[in-house]
Amino acid sequence: MSCFLCNSSLGKKLVMSVTGCCLVLFLLFHMAMNLVSLISPEAYNTICALLGANWYAVVATVGLAALVVLHFVYALILTINNYRARGAQRYAITVNEPGVEWASKNMLLLGFIVVVGLLVHLCHFWSKMMFVELCGAEGSMVGDAFVHATDGAALIAYTFSKWYNVVIYIVWLAALWLHLNHGIWSMVQTVGWANDTWYPRIKCAAKVISTLVILGFMAVVVVYFICSLCGCGAEVCTEACCAGH
Amino acid sequence: MNFTLKIWRQKDAKSKGGFETYKVSNISPDTSFLEMLDILNNDLVHEGKEPVAFDHDCREGICGMCSLHINGHAHGPSQAVTTCQMYMRKFKDGSTITIEPWRSAAFPVIKDLVVNRGAYDEILQAGGYVSVRTNSVPDGNAIPIPKADADESMDAAACVGCGACAATCKNGSAMLFVAARVSSLAKLPQGRVEGARRAKAMVAKMDELGFGNCTNTGACQAQCPKQISIAHIARLNREFLAAKFQD
Repeated sequence: MSCFLCNSSLGKKLVMSVTGCCLVLFLLFHMAMNLVSLISPEAYNTICALLGANWYAVVATVGLAALVVLHFVYALILTINNYRARGAQRYAITVNEPGVEWASKNMLLLGFIVVVGLLVHLCHFWSKMMFVELCGAEGSMVGDAFVHATDGAALIAYTFSKWYNVVIYIVWLAALWLHLNHGIWSMVQTVGWANDTWYPRIKCAAKVISTLVILGFMAVVVVYFICSLCGCGAEVCTEACCAGH
Repeated sequence: MNFTLKIWRQKDAKSKGGFETYKVSNISPDTSFLEMLDILNNDLVHEGKEPVAFDHDCREGICGMCSLHINGHAHGPSQAVTTCQMYMRKFKDGSTITIEPWRSAAFPVIKDLVVNRGAYDEILQAGGYVSVRTNSVPDGNAIPIPKADADESMDAAACVGCGACAATCKNGSAMLFVAARVSSLAKLPQGRVEGARRAKAMVAKMDELGFGNCTNTGACQAQCPKQISIAHIARLNREFLAAKFQD
């Protein structure tokens, strides 16, 4: 049974579906966690401390990294197979078939954007938080200030005070939104839990979930950017205008 | 009506093909697409030129022999019909029509617009059948089948195996064809018995023949002349995974 996940087309797609599902669940958790930073930066930092270099957080991080690698490697293998299956001679004229979404035909491209965004995101946050703790340091220099490894709120405030970071994150989140729009309903189709009655419902649920995830992430980016404009500074932002109390 | 035709010409499987341009004139709007090609071939024969090779048989939309990628659409711009059932009134007078053979690694071109669709036959041979004789009408009627199941089975059985799904799919995937075959038998008690073996065997053969992996774009169902739904692909996924997990 183990080998059908490696050598059969439907087995490989099952791996894509299951890893994708786990990553969506992680995104929901991450988004909910980020929203805490809008309500209370202190509470957010408490979560950051909980998820620092503790053994369970490190194990979860390694697991997540494995999921991303598995999802990405399988996507590459499947796409190379698909490219070969299409044949050397291509059509001179192609059209957009009715009802076919652009995202569904460009999942790998969107995936590349998501991975590049992920690497940038890891540089902005993970490398200054868990990574710093794993290296045995207390914190690191961010801009011209020393930021403690569990001071996630300060990192958010610093990162999103820069307009170019805001642009990068919005592009990244838009790509992620398109990827999830197709990915979420597609993972249900791949495991076979779909039919003509349920397609509109599943596709609607996929749009709702992906939109909620992206709006949640976007809210943090935008609120912290606006806060930086209204002059709360790039330090830990506990002022009423930003903290929401 | 007058048309300019850009047609893919290829001497044989090994030769390098290319587009050639032809003109056809005085075509009645009620001429079918294949009749229009017959008229062109008649002209070509009279000019002493090689006629264009294309697949066709019943010309009633039920045999699955006709193909052709016309102006970017499998079976042309008409919805839910095969090429033989499409009429020239669908096109603008004076327009240019580009005609290509199916493009898929598993469907190599034999000559001009004719491709080898033997790969679909091989998939069928791998498991698209019922092994035991289920006998004729009185015996068949001895097993009551719910109307909804029979309808769903018949919807899947409408597949004529023309190859439009794999030819349209950007991944060259034959999933809609395999799914229709698996689904039409899985919904009937006679076919149900061999469901697990069938799904595994047909998917294995599909992979072996070099068809691609479905990415759920839905392009196949949009171009399918028999409007086979991708819900059958969901059923195939279900059948296959259940069979594998039972192993």
